[in-house]
Amino acid sequence: MMALNDISFDVNQGEIFGFIGPDGAGKTTLFRILTTLLLPDEGEVTLMGLDCRTGFRELRKNIGYMPGRFSLYMDLSVEENLNFYATVFGTTVKENYGLIQDIYSQIEPFKNRLAGKLSGGMKQKLALSCALIHKPELLVLDEPTTGVDAVSRSEFWEMLKKLRKYNITILVSTPYMDEAMQCDRVALFQEGKILSIDEPDKIRDGFRRKLFSVKASDRYKLITALRNFPGTVSAYPFGDSVHVTFTGDELDRSVYEYLDQTGIHDVLIHETRAGIEDRFLELMEQGIRHKAQGIRDKVGEVK
Amino acid sequence: MIPNTVISVHNLVKRFGNFIANDHLNFEVYEGEIFGFLGTNGAGKTTAIRILSGLSEPTSGEVLVAGFNARKQPEKIKKSIGYMCQKFSLYEDLTVRENIMLYGGIYGMRKKEIRARTNSLLAKLHFEEYGDRLISSLPLGLRQKLAFSVAVLHEPRIVFLDEPTGGVDPITRRQFWEMIYETAAGGITVFVTTHYMDEAEYCDRISIMSEGRIVALDTPAGLKKQYHADSVEEVFIKIARPGKN
Amino acid sequence: MKRFLGFVKKEFLHIFRDYRTMIILFGIPAAQILLFGFVVRTDLQNARIAFLDLSKDELTLKISDKICSSGFFTREANLMSYKDVDKALRGNRIKAVVIFEENFSRKLTGEGKAAISIITDGSEPNMATLTTNYITAIVTDFNSEAVGTAAAGALLVQPEVSMFYNPSLKSQFMFVPGVITLIMILICALMTSITITREKEFGTMEVLLVSPLKPVQIVLGKVIPYFILSVVDVILILVLSWLVFGLPVRGSLALLLAEAMLYILMSLSLGILISTVARTMQQAIFISLVGMMLPTILLSGFIFPIENMPEVYGWISAILPPRYFIVIIKDIMIKGTGFLYVWKETLILVLFTLVFIGLAIRNFKIRLQ
Repeated sequence: MMALNDISFDVNQGEIFGFIGPDGAGKTTLFRILTTLLLPDEGEVTLMGLDCRTGFRELRKNIGYMPGRFSLYMDLSVEENLNFYATVFGTTVKENYGLIQDIYSQIEPFKNRLAGKLSGGMKQKLALSCALIHKPELLVLDEPTTGVDAVSRSEFWEMLKKLRKYNITILVSTPYMDEAMQCDRVALFQEGKILSIDEPDKIRDGFRRKLFSVKASDRYKLITALRNFPGTVSAYPFGDSVHVTFTGDELDRSVYEYLDQTGIHDVLIHETRAGIEDRFLELMEQGIRHKAQGIRDKVGEVK
Repeated sequence: MIPNTVISVHNLVKRFGNFIANDHLNFEVYEGEIFGFLGTNGAGKTTAIRILSGLSEPTSGEVLVAGFNARKQPEKIKKSIGYMCQKFSLYEDLTVRENIMLYGGIYGMRKKEIRARTNSLLAKLHFEEYGDRLISSLPLGLRQKLAFSVAVLHEPRIVFLDEPTGGVDPITRRQFWEMIYETAAGGITVFVTTHYMDEAEYCDRISIMSEGRIVALDTPAGLKKQYHADSVEEVFIKIARPGKN
Repeated sequence: MKRFLGFVKKEFLHIFRDYRTMIILFGIPAAQILLFGFVVRTDLQNARIAFLDLSKDELTLKISDKICSSGFFTREANLMSYKDVDKALRGNRIKAVVIFEENFSRKLTGEGKAAISIITDGSEPNMATLTTNYITAIVTDFNSEAVGTAAAGALLVQPEVSMFYNPSLKSQFMFVPGVITLIMILICALMTSITITREKEFGTMEVLLVSPLKPVQIVLGKVIPYFILSVVDVILILVLSWLVFGLPVRGSLALLLAEAMLYILMSLSLGILISTVARTMQQAIFISLVGMMLPTILLSGFIFPIENMPEVYGWISAILPPRYFIVIIKDIMIKGTGFLYVWKETLILVLFTLVFIGLAIRNFKIRLQ
């Protein structure tokens, strides 16, 4: 199995760089290579000027890592966990308290509670404090927001943004497209390949077609009808509406009539701006088309 | 048209010692509806779902699921619901057919009936060639879709989904929601719990729980209007973290 | 160094916080020893014995009455000849047969000495020892009372252990060495492999590997707490068995402790080796229990003597380190022999330790697989 296939990217110092992609896209494998836990089969990886193969001892002092499952000792208290990670990295909580104060102060009232008894959001904050305690230059967070409620997640992103002033480079992965907007730059990841790397807004702008949001009360009927409408290029459910592109890239007015005939009378259509997820979908479709074209070409050659 | 009620909860209270997990919940869910059940970690969602699925008894209050009383007829409730969660749904070391056979058997379906439904299910998903493959060898997206189909195999009145599309790619996700729409259009009620507010946007109505109470219940559009917000996420944060933003 | 000490401290916290670990560490050994002592004590009330009186005179009647009125024994049968002894003991009700030789009184008054034989059932070695000790004590007591009378003389008590089910059993107190051997391999191999695989399973190992901690420090940090606790455990077992039923260490205590430490070290390196192979706690437990505990119980000579095993099992037993430790500890504790008698076994244990450590270091990854 090829978990990562010919990947190239650069990350600038001090930026929040997001890897966005579904489970199984290769995000965790990539992060393990970046944290020197795995070796790449081919290719060069340089972090902070050091090679990931030869410089791993030096690198390990400067990386803060939070694996997918929060790496906490559930039978140790909040304070014991933090102290342990501080000693392991050769520092003390006191020395770098300033860095984690904003985050840790929220869970400090529970410092004697066992980590296993904390809520998801609190575990996440403690794990982040532990990963930061030795003031690393590079912070690697593997799916830090999975399984955590929306409030804790938005707090988490606020905390990451506050870390900008310390010039810490942050790599973060997530399967949730909407979180891409929180990053300075993102790489869209799918099946071991990078589909696109850019600032989130520019990625959205990469969607060049005009996109329309279509609403009606019976969504199932609506989506089936839109699929069958001859002028539709693509139609995907998107929250309470359906995102549609038409041939000729303009709103095909005959769609109202068509939908009316199929019994949908309460249609609302307006142009909308594509989100990260729209662009991701488009890139995936292109990939599938390329693949299909490749197969067709090969078949042609054989003939 | 008056919708048929399939879940009716009246003054539901669940206590664990001094801790009140569910504090006088009141809501109704209608037939064929996609109902989103949201809340912060520890708000009492899990407790409520256990009661609704007949796994736990309410301390007080009236809970009717598919017409059955949660206190007196939990076994009947279990037969009329389906369940799918993201983490575990299918046995990885069994083949697709074996899994379907197993679940059909659990819900007391006849062998002939299971076989017929298996074939139509595989055909519908364009899965025919996967029938005898182990679940562990299937891509995640396919597994997810299959898990959902298995959860509604016995045609339950209600299907409970726990973060159904977390972590899947955008295309599979769309296909998955289309399956959910189709199921709902066929009259099965879909009860979704999730931490992801963009998932909530797909629901017909959503309720938001906080500290054991339901603090909001409306259509996504209605809530956004009421809270002057652009997204359900904004609504959620305004409700669960008042004073900020 | 501070890093390392912090790590060791964390390991101690894990151990002291988990009551199950504490039970395995101290509860099980204590319970085994106490249970043993308890069984020994209660059984010696009204133990059923039989008499084979070949003399049938006044003196033999007096002695047998004294034995039976002691409260420790009841007379279950009077046998007629030697032929009945075997049958009586096989019947499983009778724990011992006391035999008075022919012309007992005459010999005692005439020659000044007479013999009493005690035949006990060797399938219960502790019972046999206790029975012999008690009867001997009663007879000696009778002897001293008789000083000055016509019956004054030396009563010779000849204990004989008859082994019906376990004929080559050599030691009566082999339970204690067995418990030490078993408990040490349990604690050291099982617990260390569990604590290391637990870090793998919970994902904390990833962070430890990414930290500046060296693998050697991680491994030593895991080993040291268990080493200390295991030594404490050995001492606990020895003190308990001495207090509960007076089992002394005949040989050198220092030598015994040194050998125990070597064995503990060997078990710990085995535990680390297991953890380098196992990915999950479940696998570690399986390998430790099925791979180590069962062979230790069955094949190391703890319960079944190696001499009586089919040859194949003997060969398997030869690659089990506990087998050698059992020999060492039995020799030192029970026979009271010195280092010169156990140097071969010691050397074998040293070799095992070196091999395990070598393999463990080779297998321990500084990266994930």
